[in-house]
Amino acid sequence: MQIFPFVVVVWILAVGLYGIVTSRHLVHLIVCLIVVQSSTYVLLLAVGYKTGAVAPYFFDVPLHTPAVDPVVQALALTDVVVEAAVSALLLAFAIQAHKRFGTLDPQELAQLKG
Amino acid sequence: MTPGQRRWIFLAGMAGLAAFYLWGLAGLPGFGNYPGPYGDILNRIAVGQTRATGVVSAINFEYRGFDTVGEEFILFVAATGVATVLRHLRGEREGAASDEAVGRDLPPTSEAVKMVALLLTGPAVVMGWYLAAHAQTSPSGGFQGGVVLATAFILVYLAGQYLTFRRVSPVDVTDAVEALGAGGFAAVGIAAVAMGLPYLTNFLPLGTTPGAVTSSGTIVLISLFVGVEVAAAFVLIVVELLDQTLLLREESR
Amino acid sequence: MDQLPVLAVVVPLLAAAAISALSKLLRGRRRLLDGAAIATSAAVTVILLVLLSRTAQGDVVYWFAGFRPSHGIAIGIDFAAGSLSTGLAALAALLVTAAMIFSWRYFEQVATYFHAIMLVFLAGMAGFCLTGDIFDLFVWFELMGVAAYALTAYRPEERGPLQGALNFAITNSIGAYLSLSGIAVIYGRTGALNMAQIGQDIGRHRPDGPEGLVVVAFLLIIAGLLIKSAIVPFHFWLADAHAVAPTPVCVLFSGVMVELGLYGVARVYWSMFGQALGHRPVITSAFVTLGLLTAVVGALFCFRERHLKRLLAFSTISHAGMFLTGFALLTPLGLAGAALYVAGHALVKASLFLCVGIVLHRLGSVNETALHGQGRRLRVTGVVFTLAALGLSDLPPFATFLGKGWIEDSASARGLTWVIVVVFVGASVLIGGAVLRVAGGVFYGLGDPPGEAPEMAREASEETSETGQGRNRTPRSMIVPAAVLVVAAIGLVFVPHLGPAVEAGAVRFEDQAAYNATVLSGVRVAHPVAIAPAQSTGITVADVATGAGSTLGGLVLAFLALYWRRLPGLRRGFEPGRGLARPIDRFQSGVVNDYVTWIVIGLACLGGALAFSIR
Repeated sequence: MQIFPFVVVVWILAVGLYGIVTSRHLVHLIVCLIVVQSSTYVLLLAVGYKTGAVAPYFFDVPLHTPAVDPVVQALALTDVVVEAAVSALLLAFAIQAHKRFGTLDPQELAQLKG
Repeated sequence: MTPGQRRWIFLAGMAGLAAFYLWGLAGLPGFGNYPGPYGDILNRIAVGQTRATGVVSAINFEYRGFDTVGEEFILFVAATGVATVLRHLRGEREGAASDEAVGRDLPPTSEAVKMVALLLTGPAVVMGWYLAAHAQTSPSGGFQGGVVLATAFILVYLAGQYLTFRRVSPVDVTDAVEALGAGGFAAVGIAAVAMGLPYLTNFLPLGTTPGAVTSSGTIVLISLFVGVEVAAAFVLIVVELLDQTLLLREESR
Repeated sequence: MDQLPVLAVVVPLLAAAAISALSKLLRGRRRLLDGAAIATSAAVTVILLVLLSRTAQGDVVYWFAGFRPSHGIAIGIDFAAGSLSTGLAALAALLVTAAMIFSWRYFEQVATYFHAIMLVFLAGMAGFCLTGDIFDLFVWFELMGVAAYALTAYRPEERGPLQGALNFAITNSIGAYLSLSGIAVIYGRTGALNMAQIGQDIGRHRPDGPEGLVVVAFLLIIAGLLIKSAIVPFHFWLADAHAVAPTPVCVLFSGVMVELGLYGVARVYWSMFGQALGHRPVITSAFVTLGLLTAVVGALFCFRERHLKRLLAFSTISHAGMFLTGFALLTPLGLAGAALYVAGHALVKASLFLCVGIVLHRLGSVNETALHGQGRRLRVTGVVFTLAALGLSDLPPFATFLGKGWIEDSASARGLTWVIVVVFVGASVLIGGAVLRVAGGVFYGLGDPPGEAPEMAREASEETSETGQGRNRTPRSMIVPAAVLVVAAIGLVFVPHLGPAVEAGAVRFEDQAAYNATVLSGVRVAHPVAIAPAQSTGITVADVATGAGSTLGGLVLAFLALYWRRLPGLRRGFEPGRGLARPIDRFQSGVVNDYVTWIVIGLACLGGALAFSIR
């Protein structure tokens, strides 16, 4: 049980990368990229967990109750929002490619370039 | 590489990489045994030092506030990039897309959706501001609040009011608001520099009750700026993407 | 208290936000917009140069929000600006200023986005160089990356490889998140995000070698940085991105962005993992191998290209391999050589790209074959381009020759002299041959136009110059930056006490104990300890020989490339390099799925090599 979350991290990474490598559609590829990024978030949060501890908010629990690591939560929080915007940027590129060539298949796009 | 070759080569490589990765992760303290010290120290001192009961927000906007400035500007650049790329594409149409379904009628939005969206718009605005203003108290903050605030604008669109949606989110104003949010955060830090303190020092009065709405000095101010910026960024992204969809509908009619 | 480090990053951010907020006001006032942007980047350059002068006695450490470390534990973020870091940041600011001056006339119509995103890009680069916190490094790395993706897709100059921006974004995003995973792993072990604190924690002596976790964390963190540095086999995205990006942006990509990835590798190693990994020979072997392989692959692809921007992109890849080799030697002189080589290369490469931009602006093409002889009326540009081409071939007295010379001198400390000299000279000859061939063919009409494969013709001739074709005069704002940069590349060598200063900076960069003390305890260490004996930084005969030799070889190769059809005795129909064509095309396929596969294989091999040798 102690290593299970980390196995999940590696599995998510593998699944995401497999999706990217075998992808035939740019939107699918970008979503697989998001999956790869999720593996990092799972790792971040798993690293900071303490069994039996509460969330690091002290407005309703006494001040020195053991709490989980707030740093990784802070990192993951900002990153998730930023990741959504960056994915939007990649999707905008995909729309651009679709408008120019009428296709979203990475292999077809590469052949069209010459 | 042919797709078949690529798959096998990738699987071989991934097996190696996964084994290597797991070998490293096996060296971590087991799940549930966080060793510290960074998180533990901050949990102990954050409330006393910043009068904020939300330690995560204190980290985001105070202890590691400079990281958050950077992340905010990533958001800013991404939204601006989406706007640049998609606006340039307006009026560009090179030919029929291979995956488009032609001659299919789009069903009208159902009345139930419109009504629910209309009813939710007000609460969404309130919720968004509430979250952004309570960063120092509970699990909330500028990022969360900003996203909820952005959904309020999108609900206007879902309520069938596309023109109202465009009127309440004119792109120029959204651009400017986004820039003000990002710049505002950076400026709060510079105000500290102007006073001779290190960048982003908390120079506003900290208040006495930890977790009260007016406590924790600059954390609240920064959280509000961040909320505004995140909301503007997501509204901008959605507006641009919706424009593309509607343009396509126009052209295929 | 010295607020300069933070100003270098925050001033461009505030300026970018201000420009964006006032975009409606600035829409018609092009001069104001350009002026504001140029003024900001020039100001940042000055700030960083002043900061550089203050780093001579030791790193300038700046703690944000006033949270100083106690008992060796840091709770805030810090900037730790050493001389090499600040010098690189100043170089980045200089190139951004040059690119902005160039863009004044290059883009006829520009929205405020371009200037705002360029300034944010500058802030990201400055923050990346100056920071002393590993997660902060990741944040600026991401900011640099996202700004770069947005700039690549800004008015793409080619109809063809539009997916260049996508390939760039996808491969570099994967890299960034692999780096973040590595950061999470090392955070899980040490509970710290400050580089000095982590280095101290994992650097405690372990008799049976570093833990597996440390090796894995190291590889993951530098995975993203190696991808950004376009090291083989992570390099495929660079040529695609250069083909699509506007020329002023290419100046920054080839000039500093790639080099910043290598700086990141060096910084992560020397500030965090050096002591823990014990400076083992396997590290030198692994990274020298990668570096030399990259140098060769880049040079071969470069010589074969007919698309000017891609040609220069491949030469950047080759040079990145050489810089990596300099770092991998793990000596002060090697690192100093890499630093000086980076500076010289940036100035020369920027100048070359600006000249290509002028060619595109005046003649409307970047296809070497189509442009043959057309550049004769661009006389000044031709002179500047030829000078810069000679600089790229490491001719003395350009800074490039000295930097390369130092790396070669340092190779003797690791017994690798012959292989490094041979590969470096060989790669320089190929690259020099390619750019000098371009100089001779395009600007002076010498010889015959080089032959080409049909796909390349289609690729390189389909681009739209942003400002329309057939202008009559090259605007001064476009040629002056190019000329100034190439003169600076020569002038750099004559800066007094350059050699000892750079080497002292390298010694300090490599002293992990001194760095930890300065950052965590505020102690100024007057005399950092060198990891290997500091060697002389004078100009040796060997340096001049290899530099002049590479240039001479390049000139001969260029001559052959231009005139081979007229030489008697060669078989008819003999096309040199044709045998190389198909394998090269098959690798640089343009399909992002292939690129990601190569990343996975590369990481697996590198990981395996490190794992088996260190454990």
